Amino acid sequence: MNILVCVKQIPDPAGPQELNNDNTLKREGKLILDESDSYGVEIALQLRDTAGEGEVTLISMSPGEPSGLRTALAMGADKAIHVVDDTLHGADALSTAKVLAAAVQRAGDYTLVIAATESTDGYTGTVPAQLAEILGLPSVTFAKSIRVEGGKVHVDRQTEAGYDVVEADVPAVVTVTAGVVEPRYPSFKGIMAAKKKPLETLAVSDLGLDLSSWGQNIVSVEDAPSRAAGEKIEDDGEAYLKIVEFLEEQKVI
Amino acid sequence: MPDFDLTPDQEAFRAVVRDFAEAEIRPRAEQMDATGEFPVDIVRGMGELGLLGLPFPEEVGGGGADYLTYIVALEEIARVDQSTAITLEAGVSLGAAPIVYWGTEAQRERWLPPLLTGDGLAAFGLTEPDAGSDAGATRTTAVRDGDEWVVNGSKAFITNSGTEITVLVTIAAVTSRGDDGRARISNIVVPSGTPGFVVEPKYAKMGWRASDTHGLTFEDCRVPVENLLGEEGDGFRNFLRILDEGRIAIAALGVGLAQACLEESVRYANTRTAFGRPIGANQGISFKLADMAVSVEAARMLTRKAAWLRDLGRPFKQAAAMAKLYASEAAVAATREATQVFGGAGFIDETPVSRYYRDAKVLEIGEGTSEIQRLIIAGGLLADPGSA
Ligand SMILES: Cc1cc2nc3c(=O)[nH]c(=O)nc-3n(C[C@H](O)[C@H](O)[C@H](O)COP(=O)(O)OP(=O)(O)OC[C@H]3O[C@@H](n4cnc5c(N)ncnc54)[C@H](O)[C@@H]3O)c2cc1C
Ligand SMILES: Cc1cc2nc3c(=O)[nH]c(=O)nc-3n(C[C@H](O)[C@H](O)[C@H](O)COP(=O)(O)OP(=O)(O)OC[C@H]3O[C@@H](n4cnc5c(N)ncnc54)[C@H](O)[C@@H]3O)c2cc1C
Repeated sequence: MNILVCVKQIPDPAGPQELNNDNTLKREGKLILDESDSYGVEIALQLRDTAGEGEVTLISMSPGEPSGLRTALAMGADKAIHVVDDTLHGADALSTAKVLAAAVQRAGDYTLVIAATESTDGYTGTVPAQLAEILGLPSVTFAKSIRVEGGKVHVDRQTEAGYDVVEADVPAVVTVTAGVVEPRYPSFKGIMAAKKKPLETLAVSDLGLDLSSWGQNIVSVEDAPSRAAGEKIEDDGEAYLKIVEFLEEQKVI
Repeated sequence: MPDFDLTPDQEAFRAVVRDFAEAEIRPRAEQMDATGEFPVDIVRGMGELGLLGLPFPEEVGGGGADYLTYIVALEEIARVDQSTAITLEAGVSLGAAPIVYWGTEAQRERWLPPLLTGDGLAAFGLTEPDAGSDAGATRTTAVRDGDEWVVNGSKAFITNSGTEITVLVTIAAVTSRGDDGRARISNIVVPSGTPGFVVEPKYAKMGWRASDTHGLTFEDCRVPVENLLGEEGDGFRNFLRILDEGRIAIAALGVGLAQACLEESVRYANTRTAFGRPIGANQGISFKLADMAVSVEAARMLTRKAAWLRDLGRPFKQAAAMAKLYASEAAVAATREATQVFGGAGFIDETPVSRYYRDAKVLEIGEGTSEIQRLIIAGGLLADPGSA
């Protein structure tokens, strides 16, 4: 079973984040594999290994070195396609989806395209659905487990109350919720093997795309408002009732 | 040109090992220290990372990494937990190494696979109640009887010898005496569970509490002649090689520990206030940090250089002894000063520096005491004045 996994390479969220003059995020330092995508990679590796055949191909669009892709290759993915092109600077989610879709179409036969529900840095959570639309494929979101059987993908789709059991024809685009599996650590041998795995670097022109008009212009970036002071409840012996009421209102309990 | 950077592969693996240590070991270190629980699952996890077979050739199922890569990885584990680090160090440098180095193909096939994946552990039994620094004074005997060796004697302080996944111990035993009456020492593999091989109850220890240490007793314990590892009479030379390499690894434990002390101390010196300012604003405290940083760096350089010499196939005995001596003493000093920086909190088990303090001392003892390292270094200098 061939599986494509869209993985985003992002600046290390633990480090300081800086903006360019055009208000886009600086991506000059070492980029890492977005943790959100490590779950999709793990699921894809498990599906491939259960099937006993096929390949896991990574697809990513980002500037710079493929350092995050190397991590996913070291985990066990078979190959990678990396779209790098300065003209993509400042791309919005739709343009990203167009680029990823073009890369998917070059990647040969596949059963699934896996992505994360949302990325850690941009987190619009819109790329995968747009990708499915462009490719004309079913889109299943918030997967907590994925099984492929009888030409269909069966997904346990996480909801607030529990999960829905969903199925769709393959190929399909499926997004994986963060935390649903334990991503493996790359082993030493995996790191060494990753260096020899095929990694194709493409420019927009290789994809036959015309992206002359971008849709996005970031006008300004503001600091998030500092958090408002919480509500203080004086305990007159009944405070717990108010707290319970508040928590119920928030649907936490 | 010497190059002080790690290679991209070493750096990539170092980062993975740090992630692993932070996520899988750090949250449990305090609890393991308190209970002495031996973390079989962490050993398996380290096996999956490839740590247990890291410095051995791929032909025998190892990772094919150089010793420096192993040292760098060990430092990362040691930075988070000394007990886990000594479990790894003893598993690789004392447990698996003798079988990789002196095992026949049949012996490797039989014993190595679980040791390289973390599904099993092996121990190295050299020290005896009456033979520690003077390891040549080994009294344990193995007498040939037909197709078997009959082992009698006892061993002391043997790491990894009694875990639930321990599969064997390689012992040093006197197998015969030369015409001059000198003991000929050989290495013999005794599988766990062999009748007559008794693993005594765990020692209660000041540090390394989640590592597994036992005394061993052999009473007419019979193993097949095929369990002789290497040539008969080579045991003494063999364990010296094991110890030379092991010393670089113990030095890496010291570097990791001193590094941990430095990080904790810097953080605390910036956040803890007294007399209206951070304690780090006092030179009395900040100079401790400066000295600690220098000793960490020096210890790391000595340790990595010893590994580098070993990887180039150059003599490294002196360098290993220097690294072990310096790094273990640097670690002891760093834990003492870190505890001082933390004040009362440093004496309480809830802060890691208290555990670090207890874990440090054994680094000056195991795999050759500081005195023995000085003997080796001084002996080398006096025998070869040109090396001074
Ligand atoms: C030169 C250059 C500069 C860029 N600058 C910025 C910037 O300043 N800010 C910014 O947010 N983005 C930037 N990007 C990346 C790109 O524009 C974003 O990926 C896009 O905006 C999607 O936003 P998102 O993170 O909200 O996606 P989401 O919809 O939240 O992502 C969901 C999932 O879709 C997949 N996916 C999303 N993006 C990618 C990708 N690029 N490659 C592979 N899979 C992906 C992943 O699986 C991801 O987890 C830049 C890209 C390039 C090439
Ligand atoms: C937790 C732990 C784990 C261990 N794990 C193992 C293991 O897995 N396998 C194994 O074989 N051993 C192991 N050891 C044993 C360790 O290697 C010995 O304890 C060490 O070599 C010292 O030997 P000893 O305890 O007999 O001390 P002794 O040799 O009795 O030394 C006592 C003191 O005398 C000093 N001394 C001795 N001779 C001289 C000299 N000539 N000049 C100056 N000073 C001298 C020593 O430096 C020391 O200070 C372990 C020990 C500990 C504590």
